[in-house]
Amino acid sequence: MATYVLRRLVQSALILLGVSFVTFLLLYVLPADPVRQIAGRSATAATVENIRQQLGLDQPFAVQYGRYLGNLVQGDLGRSYLQRTDVAELIRARLPASLLLMAAGIACELAIGLTLGVLAALWRGRPLDQGLMVGSFIAVSAPQFVVGLLLLYVFAVKLGWFPIGGYGTAAHLVLPALTLGILGSGWYGRMMRSSMIEVLRADFIRTARAKGLSRLRVILRHALPNAILPIIAMVGIDIGIFMGGIVVVESVFGWPGMGQLAWQAIQRVDIPIIMGVTLVSATAIVLGNLLADLIAPLVDRRIRLR
Amino acid sequence: MKHWLASTALALCLIAPAWAQDHASDPNAKPGGDIVVTYKDDVATLDPAIGYDWQNWSMIKSLFDGLMDYVPGTTELRPGLAESYDLSEDGLVYRFKLRAGVRFHNGREMTAEDVKYSLDRVTDPATQSPGAGFFGSIAGFDAAGPGGLSGVRAIDPLTLEITLSRPDATFLHVMALNFASVVPREAVEEFGADFGKHPVGTGAFSLAEWTIGQRLVFRKNADYWREGIPYLDSVTFEVGQEPVVALLRLQKGEVDVPGDGIPPAKFAEVMGDPEQAARVVEGGQLHTGYITMNVTRPPFDSREVRRAVNMALNKDRIVQIINGRAVPATQPLPPSMPGYAGDYAGYPHDVEAARTLLAEAGYPDGFETELYVMNTDPNPRIAQAIQQDLAAVGIRVSLQNLAQANVIEAGGAGTAPMIWSGGMGWIADFPDPSNFYGPILGCAGAAEGGWNWSKYCNEALDDQAVAADSFKDPGDPARLAMWSSIYSQIMEDAPWAPVFNEQRYTMKSPRMAGADALYVDPVSIPINYDYVYVTE
Repeated sequence: MATYVLRRLVQSALILLGVSFVTFLLLYVLPADPVRQIAGRSATAATVENIRQQLGLDQPFAVQYGRYLGNLVQGDLGRSYLQRTDVAELIRARLPASLLLMAAGIACELAIGLTLGVLAALWRGRPLDQGLMVGSFIAVSAPQFVVGLLLLYVFAVKLGWFPIGGYGTAAHLVLPALTLGILGSGWYGRMMRSSMIEVLRADFIRTARAKGLSRLRVILRHALPNAILPIIAMVGIDIGIFMGGIVVVESVFGWPGMGQLAWQAIQRVDIPIIMGVTLVSATAIVLGNLLADLIAPLVDRRIRLR
Repeated sequence: MKHWLASTALALCLIAPAWAQDHASDPNAKPGGDIVVTYKDDVATLDPAIGYDWQNWSMIKSLFDGLMDYVPGTTELRPGLAESYDLSEDGLVYRFKLRAGVRFHNGREMTAEDVKYSLDRVTDPATQSPGAGFFGSIAGFDAAGPGGLSGVRAIDPLTLEITLSRPDATFLHVMALNFASVVPREAVEEFGADFGKHPVGTGAFSLAEWTIGQRLVFRKNADYWREGIPYLDSVTFEVGQEPVVALLRLQKGEVDVPGDGIPPAKFAEVMGDPEQAARVVEGGQLHTGYITMNVTRPPFDSREVRRAVNMALNKDRIVQIINGRAVPATQPLPPSMPGYAGDYAGYPHDVEAARTLLAEAGYPDGFETELYVMNTDPNPRIAQAIQQDLAAVGIRVSLQNLAQANVIEAGGAGTAPMIWSGGMGWIADFPDPSNFYGPILGCAGAAEGGWNWSKYCNEALDDQAVAADSFKDPGDPARLAMWSSIYSQIMEDAPWAPVFNEQRYTMKSPRMAGADALYVDPVSIPINYDYVYVTE
């Protein structure tokens, strides 16, 4: 177990190194000059060159990347070109909000998705199942922006049950988490349905039924834990997709997370912020996958970590 | 006759000594109250030497003061931290008398040394100020560095002398720019590179709270040197708010001013509702949206072709695409800018004449080209309309929808044959005609990486521009006439096709009060926080 974790951690570090290299390279070859964004439109050529030198952007790629890595291993993510603030500070200010929304969103999508998936599987082929599957299809394909605005309009503006965007209390969290939950639930609902149907066909379920256990007990004690297994692995992989969705939802609800930070930085080629947010997100995805792999054997004894 | 009267009246306003007619205080204004302003984007920095976004521009104005300022809601200069000034006979030496008893937010009294320190700081290359170039006429600018500017001297605590290397009619406007704001040395040194997050100035408000990514709170400076100003107790800026959501919150009474304005999708709805439309203030702004044509490469090296493009455009229709939130433009300068030639009609919309010009230039069947455009709404839609107009005269345009930074890069490198300026367009830094020339139409801006995307360089015009800026009084009618003439000569060569001048529409909550001009202040966008007030 310990060697497994160690090996995976080393792998993760290599993956992150690769991500940092590719992102840095892409930003380097991008046909947009960060110095022009900093220098502004009235700058003289001398000012532009002076800023380029101060930031070391006149150096070749290898030197720039080497410097970045050198600072990174010392925990220094650099300073934002345009906000003139430590990137670490900007991320620290916004990371908790993103993590909170992510956790609440995942909880929501699992709660909705798994419940509906189980119901659909139990009433397979009936109108309930068909209705739920059509619904899940709509949920998967609905644009986040529209769903978010719709919920906001109905529940915050018209009914006044929740605040119109913002951050701070549990009430602020409900609508954005629900938006993410509804969108993700379609996906998880479908997964859970097929997984559940497969398990319900298995021999041990028939055995359990045959020895006289109640239907409810069979479903809760025997079918569900087995059906949930592939879903857990999914959550780890899903974090990456989730990060993308969170950008839009944060923007609709004025949620002060990292998505907004990344979006603004991309618009204005603020390389240190783009790098910082990319690395933090990549770390979250890599750790999410690792965690999912570590949890799997706890849920299912048949899985061995090697 | 009527026309003559109007233009004379306008000219009189512009040349009258600015401080003869300062802002008359509003008799109905009540002190007190807190307002909420929203923005989508986070506020980058409040360091006046660095901040150059349209969003932090007005915030910085309320936190800091410079030697000069503008009469609220107008483009007229008035003294700020300077009480008065003298200009030497040769137009090279300004001597500013400072106001006594002005205190920074940290309680210390402001002196001439602080002004010198601030100007030294903004021009020091180590500061990396995007505004450093504005101070180019101060003696010693080229040697600016840790040693400071040799042309700026503090004579005594309340007297400052600035020597120029050449007469500069725009110098007082430069002294009114945010970049010339006065900052206290001890605070800059205490916070170092983080001064932008801990601003200390002499302004009407001070920063009370800044939660990154969420909100900023400006609290009234009770010791502000302008008597009775500001009226509001506080202004809260909530950031990260989608414009559509901000409008919903305004309708609910939670927001007083949506800083990003009325979203295009909601504009017709708002203006169609009399109750809401009554709370929208419309005004001009110092903005021009234009198409640049790269004059160094065929086919746009031909003046006939560039004129043909100007005549092919149906500007009225393009204005309709943005809900009529603009007026068709005839020339580079916007109508509210001094020096605007009201009698110049520009190129007419004439498809036949455009075709004839193209045939004369050797393109009877038109040609293929590319139009670069920033990829955020409404710019791609505007570009499509331009594409259709040009197709009608045989010019086949393919659109390059790119992120802002990529369009700017292509423009600077000279690889873009045509660029639609929307989203990056020129909004004046200060209300003076010269501000539309140097960087975007002069030879200096035509260099690699500059903002003159047409790469148009007419040295005769550069000489005229230098002559026009050598006047002592920026509002001298002879000077403004020279600038009008420069821009009409530019239109003869047609390196641009001016398309429209955007109008501003600021929406406010029912309780917001104060003159309408404060809500479309030409230099403090969206509103002038120091002078507006609330009725409840």
